Amino acid sequence: MAWLVDFYRSPLAKKAVMAVTGVMLFGFVIGHMAGNAKMYLGAEVFNHYAEGLRTLGAPLLGHGQALWIARIGLLGAVLLHIWSAWQLTLLNRRARPTAYVRRDLINATYASRTMRWGGVIILLFVVYHLLHLTFGSVHPSFEQGNPYHNVVSGLQNPWVSAFYIVANLALAFHLYHGLWSMFQSLGWNHPSYKSARRIFASVFAVLVAAGNISFPLAVLAGIVK
Amino acid sequence: MKLTLNVWRQDGPGDSGRMVRYEMPDVNPDMSFLEMLDLLNEGLIEKGEEPVSFDHDCREGICGACGVMIDGRAHGPLPGTTTCQLHMRHYKDGDELTIEPWRSAAFPVVKDLVVDRAAFDRIIEAGGYVSVNTGSAPDANLTPVPKDVADNAFDAATCIGCGACVAQCPNGAAQLFTSAKVSHLGLLPQGQTERWRRVRHMVATMEDEAFGSCTNFTECEAACPKGISIDFIAQMNRDFVRARFRDPEADD
Ligand code: FES
Repeated sequence: MAWLVDFYRSPLAKKAVMAVTGVMLFGFVIGHMAGNAKMYLGAEVFNHYAEGLRTLGAPLLGHGQALWIARIGLLGAVLLHIWSAWQLTLLNRRARPTAYVRRDLINATYASRTMRWGGVIILLFVVYHLLHLTFGSVHPSFEQGNPYHNVVSGLQNPWVSAFYIVANLALAFHLYHGLWSMFQSLGWNHPSYKSARRIFASVFAVLVAAGNISFPLAVLAGIVK
Repeated sequence: MKLTLNVWRQDGPGDSGRMVRYEMPDVNPDMSFLEMLDLLNEGLIEKGEEPVSFDHDCREGICGACGVMIDGRAHGPLPGTTTCQLHMRHYKDGDELTIEPWRSAAFPVVKDLVVDRAAFDRIIEAGGYVSVNTGSAPDANLTPVPKDVADNAFDAATCIGCGACVAQCPNGAAQLFTSAKVSHLGLLPQGQTERWRRVRHMVATMEDEAFGSCTNFTECEAACPKGISIDFIAQMNRDFVRARFRDPEADD
């Protein structure tokens, strides 16, 4: 085990950790978006789905156990992702103590240049989102066990919806660079799929963000009510 | 043509340095960038001032000694071009240029535009070799190497170690250089024996120096005068992890 700790000291290993935890979180946002799309099928289907998440893995797992395993895994991934990013950012700051008087970047995309602040926006949003729709503590009319009502009434506030939209735009940029970057950090660049990596990143970044942004828009437009 | 230069002047490693403005009333478009700096220095010497120090050697784009930040880009505006191969015909009358040294904690400024790139040498020392006695040059095709592998290794070998990748990288990372050196030998049959040790050692040395870490901006590839691909970085990342998992306890 000692070698793993030693291995993690290497910035290259931290990048691998960021890639692996990034994939886990990507898997989550895809599933989360797809599951939430059930809100288009009405209150009953949506609430049934939400309740179904608690009985996932039954009868092997007890009520809500699968959910807790997922939560612990995701929390671990989030912490490792942020901790590695923080350490690497400090390292990178130290690597250029004197700034250039003039600077001209050639290739770096907007997405790649906003990874850190984009990540911060996403983190703040996740905290808010949990308080809003999981714990309900910042929700004006939270009803335990009625997620459909919570989502719809919550997103009817245009300011809340605006924050959801902004955060998901940040997520789109984060995914666009992160998904491509992940291949690079793990060294997956075989010629047979190398050119598909950018396409993969673009498609999923757009898919996740478009799906998620459609929810507040649908609520505001009165399509989901 | 007439140019204005803003040049970084720094008396030595301890000096804090400053930008100094120079007017160049008569620059010939046929001059190379370094010849333009020579002209500036002739003028300074005539006036009894200290000339601007800058590194150079071959002046034909193959040694990697030259290299300055020109208007915020390593080796200036042209792709695949070292500073010595950049010609003044790419500028126009009245242009104002900003010339700075590579900025990296791992490349301390020695004087003016000259930086100390010994950190690169230490990375090479850590594994940029093959420990077999090869005697005199072997006959061609004695060791069969597939064409694509040979081409790839050769692409990596074109790295001239100028440091533009580090200078251009917003993180000051040395992944492109290190990966080119790791791959150059790691791809070839002669380099297989030490392949895993090489990547471990060279990466460890890179990380001991004050370089940053890659966030895949791809700036290095764009600034590299030899157009070295970030594919080598992916290869190095892969080899590094593989090396660890193949032999977790290895510390040689
Ligand atoms: S002086 Fe040798 S590469 Fe420019």
